[in-house]
This record gives sequence, structure tokens and C-alpha cells, in this order.
Amino acid sequence: MISADLKIILPEILLSLYAMGGLLLAVYTGKDKLAGLLTYATAAAMAVLALWIATAGAGNRTAFDGMFNDDGFARFAKVTILLSAAAILVMSQDYMARRGFLRFEYPMLVSLATVGMMMMVSAGDLMALYMGLELQSLALYVVASLRRDSAKSTEAGVKYFVLGALSSGLLLYGASLVYGFAGTTAFSGIIEAAGEGRASLGLLFGLVFVISGLAFKVSAVPFHMWTPDVYEGAPTPITAFFATAPKMAAMGLFARVLHDAFGGVTADWIQVIALLSVLSMFLGSIAAIGQTNIKRLMAYSSIAHMGYALMGLAAGTVFGVQAVLIYMAIYITMNIGTFAFIMSMEKDGQPVTDIKSLNLYARAEPGKALAMLVLLFSLAGVPPLVGFFGKLYVLRAAYEAGLAWLAIAGVIASVIGAFYYLRIVFYMYFGEEGEALDKGRSPVLWGALMVSAAIIGLAWLPGLNLLGVESAAAAAAATLVN
Amino acid sequence: MIGLEHYLSVAAALFVIGIFGLFLNRKNVIILLMSIELMLLAVNINLVAFSSFLGDLVGQVFTLFVLTVAAAEAAIGLAILVCFFRNRGTISVEDVNVMKG
Repeated sequence: MISADLKIILPEILLSLYAMGGLLLAVYTGKDKLAGLLTYATAAAMAVLALWIATAGAGNRTAFDGMFNDDGFARFAKVTILLSAAAILVMSQDYMARRGFLRFEYPMLVSLATVGMMMMVSAGDLMALYMGLELQSLALYVVASLRRDSAKSTEAGVKYFVLGALSSGLLLYGASLVYGFAGTTAFSGIIEAAGEGRASLGLLFGLVFVISGLAFKVSAVPFHMWTPDVYEGAPTPITAFFATAPKMAAMGLFARVLHDAFGGVTADWIQVIALLSVLSMFLGSIAAIGQTNIKRLMAYSSIAHMGYALMGLAAGTVFGVQAVLIYMAIYITMNIGTFAFIMSMEKDGQPVTDIKSLNLYARAEPGKALAMLVLLFSLAGVPPLVGFFGKLYVLRAAYEAGLAWLAIAGVIASVIGAFYYLRIVFYMYFGEEGEALDKGRSPVLWGALMVSAAIIGLAWLPGLNLLGVESAAAAAAATLVN
Repeated sequence: MIGLEHYLSVAAALFVIGIFGLFLNRKNVIILLMSIELMLLAVNINLVAFSSFLGDLVGQVFTLFVLTVAAAEAAIGLAILVCFFRNRGTISVEDVNVMKG
């Protein structure tokens, strides 16, 4: 019995053993001299695990009496999480080493956070959910304040820690109520207790607390206030990490809890999620207009994008979950490229985050400016780029579920949001004369930007079919919603 | 006779005090850590009360996990706070304001 269970969670076990072993190895040998090597090794390990999970797994398996699910949904999310974490690690190595804060703890903490994320998307029980979430969050608090000598980075850490702990507390209080009123912590038991019309008031109360806790983690309005400060304060590679893998994990967990545990009371949570979605889209689009710091702008952009992803969730259907998965995969691909560009923005070796520094960037580096233009247009949802299809899926999901008002609000917010993306493009192509940024000198960042822009710019072509993400997401969504 | 609802009321009261402590406190980040701890312990009371009421051990197992995580969380919070203090020389909540938005 136990060996069958262990076999199912083998990827998680291997990654956590790797993290602990790497930590010991680095402490006993070269310490920070090993950091570069460990970063690449971790990225390689994650890529191998992603490949393994993508090819080996089939069917729905559960381990430890349903505490851990290994189904198509979990595998889709895990592959996305692992690949994006690996990409960010490779991108950050050079940036962090040149600025002298590449510590060997960084790749290890990222691996531990990734194990937590893999637990989150596989959780089949409130306890597994909580432990996965905390493993991820505790590692991320430390990573946010990785730059110990910077006032901004440590302040980002303090803010992230306090608000993250508050959200965990809310989620946990909700979990305790759900446990009390359902009589079990297993999702399979909760869905029986929360069947159509049978959910007690206490259970719904618990559900609301759980939703608010999770809304914190995906940074949906009104629980978004930590996002801009943490994005601005944390070092750029770490901001890039925050904007990719943890978002997928939190959204996966959100979908998992709502459908696996509360799939019987869809009508009760649809309105809540729809409200979170519409608020996030509008606040994210409007508040970003006044920003001059590109990292802060990306924070508001991520709030708006989470609003769109939640729109798919608000549909409460299989197609809605499929739309969320497609949206998140596309969003993460765009973000990797965008952050590769932001990481390469520097003057005299110092990172620059002011948007105005991009004045006439297209003259100095036409190739990178064009790639960034593709990504920004895609983030804004301009057809025919891939970002447009992501939006199309969630809008269609909302419309087909009878939430036409939400879809219309989404279109309006998207038009407002397009303004600030296009403003960056304007600066790059038609800005005023100013001091130019340094030529980018990292081939890794250049490669990441170009690959991401190529995927976003070309994957919509009929022959490429979004690189198969659509059918993979459809199969994944079908295993979650039943 | 003290029943389930009494325990739940105490836990709810402690939880709300914890949340208010987080938002109303303007003095000291350590007090924030104490408020967080209070919230988590309120949840523990909830879990143990439900566990005893339902005659089901899972709630108590959950409590042990929560206690462990709370300890780890406090350790990490204090570590981050030490770094913050080294940079700024203060742990007043009002001084956590390099970034505004």
C-alpha cells in the first residue's frame, strides 16, 4: 500500500530530497561559490521532472486515502509550474551573480517553494492544501527579502510576510469551519456534505473565508494591496518568479477547491468569484495608468490578468476551467519574456525600472523592442496574438455560463488596460531623446525574450494550434470537473 | 454546561482580535507577529472543539500541523524582521513605508 502511494508522489519526494541534499552539499563545500552551478542544476532537474510528469502520467490516481490527487489537471499545472520556475532560474543566474546576491539558498528555496506548489495543485484534503500552501509561502517570504542589505527588499519581505500570514489565517479559519460543519477534511467528504441545497450556513461561511484566503494568494481585488509593493521591492528575478509559477499554483488550487470540494454548490460561489473578477480587472487596468515604475506596472497588470483568469473560474463549467488553464499558461509565457526584458534594462550596470528610460529604445535595439512590442500587444489582448485567444476563451466561458455582463465588463477593462501597455510601446518608438540604456549583454535574457515573443507572436498560426495547449487543457479540465 | 458554541465564540472573538491587532496597530511589527499567532491559535481552538464535538481525531491532527507551521512562520517572520531592523534601525509599523502605492 504505502509503496504504491509513495510511487505516486515520487516527483515531489525527489524534488524535496534534492533541495535538502543541495543545501547540505553547499553548506559543507563551497557555499556561495556553488550557487551558479546549483541554479543551473535545479533548473535542469525541474525541466526533467516536468518532462517526466508530462509523458509518464496517465489516468487519475490518488495517494494516502485521497489526500493527494495525481490527475490530468494536477499534471498540467505541475508542468507549467516546473517549466516556468526552471526558466526563471536560468534567467536570474547571471543577473544575480553580477550584482552579488546569488546565494546558494536561492535555488534551494525556489525548489522547496515549487514542491509546495506541486502539493497545492494536487491537494485532496484541507490538511494537504494547508501544508502545501505554507511550504510555498514560507519559502517565498524568504526569497522576497533575499537581498538582505537592501531596505526595499526587506520591506517587501515584511509586507509580504504579514499579509501572507493574514491570508493563511483567514484560509485556515475557513478550513476549520468547513471541517466542523462537514465533519471531514477530505474534499470527497466535503462535496457530499455540501451537495445541492444541503450546504449549511456554517459551511458557506467557511467557504467564504477559504475564498478570501485564496484571493490573497492570487492577488485579486480587494485582497491585492501587497502585490505592488512586493513586486517593486523584491529583486527583479524574484519578482519574475512571483509573477509566474506561484500564480499558476494559486489559481490551480482555487479551481481545485471550488470544483473538488464545493462543486455541488456552484451557485453559491459563482457570484463571489465574478465580483472578485470584475473588481480585479478594473482596478488592475485603471491603477496601472499612473505608474512610472515598470515593476509596479507589471504588478497591476498581474492583478488585472488574475481578474480575467477568475472570470473563467466564475463560469463554473468544464469549459471555464479549460479557459483558466489556457489563460494561465499563456500569461506565464508572456510574463517570462516581459521580465526577461525588464531584467535586461540597465544603465551603467545598475538596474533601471523607470518607464521613461525606454525613450527611443527601438533605435538602439530594434530586435528587442520588436519582441517587447509583441509581448505588450499580447498582454493587452490585441488580435491575432496569443494573448487575445486567452482572453477570448475566458470571455466565451463567462458568456456561455450566462454571465454576459461579466464578459462585457471584461472587454471594457481590457480596452482601458490596453492604454498603459501601448504607452510603453509609444515610449520605445516615439519617445523623446534621452539617455539611452546600456546594450543588453546577457544572451540568456535575450534568448528568453525572443523565444517567448516568438511563441506569443506565432503560436496562433493555424498549423501550430497554440502548440497543443488547448487540447491538453481540455483533457486536464475534464478530469477536475465531474 | 459549556458546549461547542462557547468554544466557537471564544475562537471567533480571538480571531477578530487578531485581525484588528493587525490593522489597528501602529506601533511595532512584533505586535503584528503576536496578532498572527493569536489568529492561528484561535483556529486551533476551533479545530480541537470541533474534533471533540464530532468525536473525530482528524481535527487534532490538523491542530498539530498548524502548531508546527505557526512556529516555522514565527521564526521566518522574526528573521525577516531582523534584516529589516539592520537596514532601517527601527521596527515601527509607520516606518515600513519606503514604497507607497
